[in-house]
Amino acid sequence: MNASDEPIIEPKRRIQFAFTDEQEQFRSAIRRFLNDKSPTTEVRRLMATAEGYDPAVWRQLSEDLALPGIHIPEQYGGAGFGMVELCIVTEEFGRALLCAPYFSTAVLAANAILNSCTEAQKAALLPDIAMGTRRAALAITEPDGNWDPAGIEVVATRDADGYLLDGVKSYVVDGHTADLLIVAARTPETISLEGLALFTLDAHASGVERRLLEAMDPTRKIARIEFRRAHAKLLGNLDGGAKPIVRTLDQAAIALANEMVGGAQALFDAAVNYAQLRVQFGRTIGSFQAIKHRLADMLLDVELAKSAAYYAAQAAAADDPEWPALASLAKAAASETYLQTAIQCIQIHGGIGFTWDNDTHLWFKRAKSSEVFLGQPVYHRELLMQRWGV
Amino acid sequence: MSKVNEADIRAEVREWIAANWNPDMSLVEWRGKLADSGWGMPQWPQQWYGRGLPLALARAVEEELSNVGAVSVAKSGVRLLAAATLLEHGSDLQKKKFLRRILTGEDTWCQFFSEPGSGSDLAGATTRADLNGDYWIINGQKVWTTSAHHADHGLLLARTDWDAPKHEGMTFFVIDVKQPGVDVQPLKQMNGHASFNQVFFTDAKVPAENRVGDVGEGWKVAMTTLAHERRGADGLPPPSKRGTRVGRIHAEERAETEKANQPYKWYPQRAGRVDLVIDRAKETGANRDTNVRQEIARLMIMAKSAEWTARRARAAQQQGRPQGPEGSLGKLAASNVARAAARVHTLITGTEAMLTGGASPRDGIIAEILVSVPAVSIAGGTDEIQRNIIAERVLELPKEPRFDTGPFRNVRKN
Repeated sequence: MNASDEPIIEPKRRIQFAFTDEQEQFRSAIRRFLNDKSPTTEVRRLMATAEGYDPAVWRQLSEDLALPGIHIPEQYGGAGFGMVELCIVTEEFGRALLCAPYFSTAVLAANAILNSCTEAQKAALLPDIAMGTRRAALAITEPDGNWDPAGIEVVATRDADGYLLDGVKSYVVDGHTADLLIVAARTPETISLEGLALFTLDAHASGVERRLLEAMDPTRKIARIEFRRAHAKLLGNLDGGAKPIVRTLDQAAIALANEMVGGAQALFDAAVNYAQLRVQFGRTIGSFQAIKHRLADMLLDVELAKSAAYYAAQAAAADDPEWPALASLAKAAASETYLQTAIQCIQIHGGIGFTWDNDTHLWFKRAKSSEVFLGQPVYHRELLMQRWGV
Repeated sequence: MSKVNEADIRAEVREWIAANWNPDMSLVEWRGKLADSGWGMPQWPQQWYGRGLPLALARAVEEELSNVGAVSVAKSGVRLLAAATLLEHGSDLQKKKFLRRILTGEDTWCQFFSEPGSGSDLAGATTRADLNGDYWIINGQKVWTTSAHHADHGLLLARTDWDAPKHEGMTFFVIDVKQPGVDVQPLKQMNGHASFNQVFFTDAKVPAENRVGDVGEGWKVAMTTLAHERRGADGLPPPSKRGTRVGRIHAEERAETEKANQPYKWYPQRAGRVDLVIDRAKETGANRDTNVRQEIARLMIMAKSAEWTARRARAAQQQGRPQGPEGSLGKLAASNVARAAARVHTLITGTEAMLTGGASPRDGIIAEILVSVPAVSIAGGTDEIQRNIIAERVLELPKEPRFDTGPFRNVRKN
């Protein structure tokens, strides 16, 4: 292959293959916090509520650990770190299955604002988000479940002092509890990626009707939101088109991939522990090759997916030109691994594995919903091929 | 020894090179100078053709030599594994007799470990060595022996005590391959290549002085050889970057490299040739098929993830962190990648996958991939053994139950 059509290029900037000591310490601090605040008893308590999170824990992770603004530049009130640190947070949250509006507020909404807004808008919107005092949700997908922004149908019509939104969004993570909504919509008479832009409005504005959906994964709340002549403001300008939306989705895919490998690791650890404990036929089941080999394969699978998720985060942080392709690569890899690890974890647990009382199903359901959230593996594999020019 | 610093060492070796290097010398003569001066293997002990330098400084020396295009000591094949084993366990007499000719390239070595009856279970060897006067008499069969057909000496693991437990009844020898009792036959593989040999020993002789380590210590000695093998010597010499250099010595080295590499021409095919997949998809038009695109993506995701996993392991090592599980997974990952690649090559190639040789696409490379890949999950440790190792050493799951304890005589064999 020559350099011109070689899709898997050597990165221009050096991409790190190891976390720094500071990043490892950051991870440890989050893990300690979660061990304390998010045992599965808490996950089970919160997933049964409509809000789906504990405001006290949200306040602590905002005030004590500054997590909602970890990747937000300091001039907008954030901690000024980047994609790698954001992904350490999501990986640990995925591992502990923390119930909190983090993915919606920090990953989706904050990045959408950073990618689209004018300086004045960023200065107005981001400090509250960084402090955790304003929770936001990003509405892109509609009832047809399409993650390609080209399919967006919600229309934004010019009004005297802004825009009026009409249409329906769905699968909006934490859309029912958010204070602020950011909505991807198109100007009238446009198609495909033309005419797309992001708009914002107060979640309690008139013309906005929010309904909590019955989610298979009760630890990640999703809502349907209907807009009827709802008054909204344009974020950034109309020239940006679909770019900020696509960029936000790619960043989210990387953050989700890291969240998923965190969950896969938790499932894998649970499977190994159980194999060490459970005795049948006078020996621990972990002494059978059928189980040992399955666990070895699971470990390989998890480590490979981690490598993809970490590499994508490092590439995005280094602004490597290939990072959007790697976002799709990591999303597809982590989706398959998370679900397979969940399936195998249940299998190793045997009968107890598919009971409600055993915790495995909590991660299984997160794995299943994450598999399709932001686009199925099949969608991202195709996107990867397109982005590599195949 | 007083503390040495890199600048001094570099200056010293540069001076020595200026006084001694001449590309019109014969290869053996030059390598003799490297061996005798200790600059060829500076990390070896001072009394044995080295200078006792730490590895980092040895690399600096290597760099100085390569900067002027000077040829290194012979490193290909099993010879450095043999040298490492002799340096650790050999007698002074053996070191004197063998080490210098290893470095000059005058002698080629091979390794007689695997047997038809003991593949994964290397310690189950049944090739026997019986002491008769001043000689050990060798009878049995070894297999998968690379280079045996042109080797001068072999590292031999043989059983000397049948009443001892399996791992305690073996002894390690250096055997002269070119003798009447050693019959080397090529072993042709399913891909048509014969990169290995099977070797039959019929009353072959090993002088008593060629025993390495004590009687019954053979397994321990073999572990040294295998540890060095795992540490990175894959039997392949590094790719030569000096292809165009002029001078007798370079021509001799090129011929040597060619000869050493010849049996391994198909090795890249065995690994699945992931590098060809996207080009092949484009040139055949298979890149327009949505199913094929999905399969290519699956393969590339696996291959790239495996590569990044290896780099994560290396990065952790460089930072001095304890090795995580990612360091033990490479072999198993490579098997999975190779198998997936063979499947995707078939998808892309379609009916033409029925052809072989010159009739097969890319002058037979595609067909060679398809019939070489099955070896990769077996050679150098089967996938099943790798999974046991991962499960037992990384995940600390219980070890396999043993049925081979007690006197080896009573252990069930093939």
